[in-house]
Amino acid sequence: MKKLLVTAALAAATAFAASAASAQTLNAVKQKGQLTCGSNTGLAGFGQPDAQGNWTGLDVEYCRAVAAAIFNDPTKVKFVPLSAKDRFTALQSGEVDLLVRNTTWTISRDTSLGLEFGPVNYYDGQGFMVRKSLKVASAKELSGASVCVQQGTTTELNLADYFRANKLELKSVTFATSDETIKAYDAGRCDAFTTDASGLYSERLRLANANDHLVLPEIISKEPLGPSVRHGDNQWWDLVKWTHYALLTAEELGVTKANVDEMLKSDNPDVKRLLGAEGKFGEAMGLTNDWAYRIVKHLGNYGEMFERTVGQGSQLKIARGQNALWSKGGLQYAPPIR
Amino acid sequence: MTATAETRRDEPPKVSPWNDPRVRSVLFQALLVAAVVFMIYEAITNASENLQRQRIATGLGFWDNVAGFGISQSMIHYSEVTSTYGRVFWVGLINTLLVAIVGIVLATFLGFAVGIARLSKNILVACIARWYVELIRNLPLLLQLLFWYNAVLKALPSVRDSAALPLGSFLNNRGLFMPKPVTGPTFDLVIVTFLAGLALAIGFRMWARKRQERTGQQAPVGRVTLGLLFVPSTLTFLLLGNPLTFDAPVAGRFNISGGMVLQPEFLALLFGLVLYTAAFIAEVVRAGILAVSRGQTEAASALGLRPNQTTKLVIVPQALRVIIPPLTSQYLNLTKNSSLAVFVGYPDLANVFTGTVLNQTGQAIEVVGITMMVYLTLSLGTSMIMNWYNGRNALVER
Repeated sequence: MKKLLVTAALAAATAFAASAASAQTLNAVKQKGQLTCGSNTGLAGFGQPDAQGNWTGLDVEYCRAVAAAIFNDPTKVKFVPLSAKDRFTALQSGEVDLLVRNTTWTISRDTSLGLEFGPVNYYDGQGFMVRKSLKVASAKELSGASVCVQQGTTTELNLADYFRANKLELKSVTFATSDETIKAYDAGRCDAFTTDASGLYSERLRLANANDHLVLPEIISKEPLGPSVRHGDNQWWDLVKWTHYALLTAEELGVTKANVDEMLKSDNPDVKRLLGAEGKFGEAMGLTNDWAYRIVKHLGNYGEMFERTVGQGSQLKIARGQNALWSKGGLQYAPPIR
Repeated sequence: MTATAETRRDEPPKVSPWNDPRVRSVLFQALLVAAVVFMIYEAITNASENLQRQRIATGLGFWDNVAGFGISQSMIHYSEVTSTYGRVFWVGLINTLLVAIVGIVLATFLGFAVGIARLSKNILVACIARWYVELIRNLPLLLQLLFWYNAVLKALPSVRDSAALPLGSFLNNRGLFMPKPVTGPTFDLVIVTFLAGLALAIGFRMWARKRQERTGQQAPVGRVTLGLLFVPSTLTFLLLGNPLTFDAPVAGRFNISGGMVLQPEFLALLFGLVLYTAAFIAEVVRAGILAVSRGQTEAASALGLRPNQTTKLVIVPQALRVIIPPLTSQYLNLTKNSSLAVFVGYPDLANVFTGTVLNQTGQAIEVVGITMMVYLTLSLGTSMIMNWYNGRNALVER
């Protein structure tokens, strides 16, 4: 009932909100003095409060990077934890300024939900986890198995597609939040648990006996995860996009949190343009020209963020893979800053 | 002074329309209506403008699109390949109705039993009933649902060590698997016989009542009704050579296939709703019975009625008048509370339609609007039936 109420309230908010989304988001954020960011309710490595209540994770750091670019202070972010089901309504109704919540970019979400998607900050794909005791080696052996899945996700649809395409019999059990989904799987309600591969690794940490479970080799879908903003405010959309590109460019040019001050003195014109020593790219976005310097100074570059939150420096130990820079065989590619 | 008072009495006072209370009240009501209409109009145009500017799809065009996701329990045919969002709506609605109707029936029985137990002279029985009511009534329903779901799931054996129950049933953490009755082609005859018996029984009851009103003679209505209902239909069933077979559940690699299943989500939700609502119904019943004054019982004994006749003919009919109106609101609560299904994964309307369909289509206003209409209709429908029943039981003054 509570969920229903929230959704109803949000629907009502959409109905009554006076012209919310014009080119005003940046001004509104500056006026509020903080960025409101829609985040995960708790997914290790992507968005989760730690023991002290500080939000950590790759998606969380994206929000912090945007805040750093605007306020020169990565702590000026208010995180609003959203379930998969409530996230788009929260963004549409203006409850959050920016949604970074391992959200898959699809055509229907881009064109009919009133959203714009930014660059992909994590290339993912959907996988399955099963108990080792089941002795299943491939997802194709799962015919007749019951699968626990979170509601309102692309995962839910991919699952039905995959079972249909492979002529497997599906018994899905859906839950509103990731918490309930993984708990039900842990309790033995389902044979398999499915979500994005990165999510499988982080959810596995929450199981009673993580070593009794196995992630199957099949990746059944493309899941480009990225930030999204309301349709109709291009200035804000640009800012969100170029935050990611600045992080990538910094990695490409070898600018890190540690050496960024030193790099300010660099003769490399690319570095100069990135850090605002040359050109007025920040002003064009409604920011100061040292916007990218601020981001890197507080958070480091994309590679540093990745390793700290989901890579070797974290519990998850996910390899860069598709998320390596384009120059190192991955898909992360930033347009030039000039 | 007296003259003015007299003139006032004779002709209507001459006041300006502005000070005339009737004109004023009409004026203010008209203003209020205009304000409300304006607000609704503003909300609608504002919403459609905002939606259009943000390029959010509107309208009910999504209704016929293929849904493409699975639903774990469906009473009507549903396939994730071909079924539409409209079909999802009906599946969800039927699941909501199922849990609400079964829940209302069970909660009524349990609530009446506990309510009567609270008035028992046996201290142990009264005490247990009292603790049950106080404990259940004072804990949030959501907490109870989560408790039952997790308690049920954790305690049950896994699917590969299913507990075998009598009659070829299995119990495990995927649910209660039972043989599914499969009717033979001649089974319809049994149903026809049963319906005929039912019609005869109703006729007999009416005749018996008329005769009692006329002559005061009583007929053994209960026994005759039972006989008419079950003797002919059982005979037909046996004569036709047992036209009913059972499809027994069989253990497969992952799950048990065949048979029919009561899923743990359904059981947990039903269990939680029934226990919770029954605690409230128990209090309603207790209050209703206590509302019948002691003098009524004494008068009945003085007339020579036996204790069970006193209960059936004197106390219950009067208690019902007090019980029915609050009972109605408990039924409404149960129906509305069933939308907590989403927390235990039961695919009711709020879960599959207001949850998944809303999320996949992004059309919050339409989907939430439809859901509100449905719950409103269900609640008003329940109220109508209960008001009709209340009207029948209300005191008829001659």
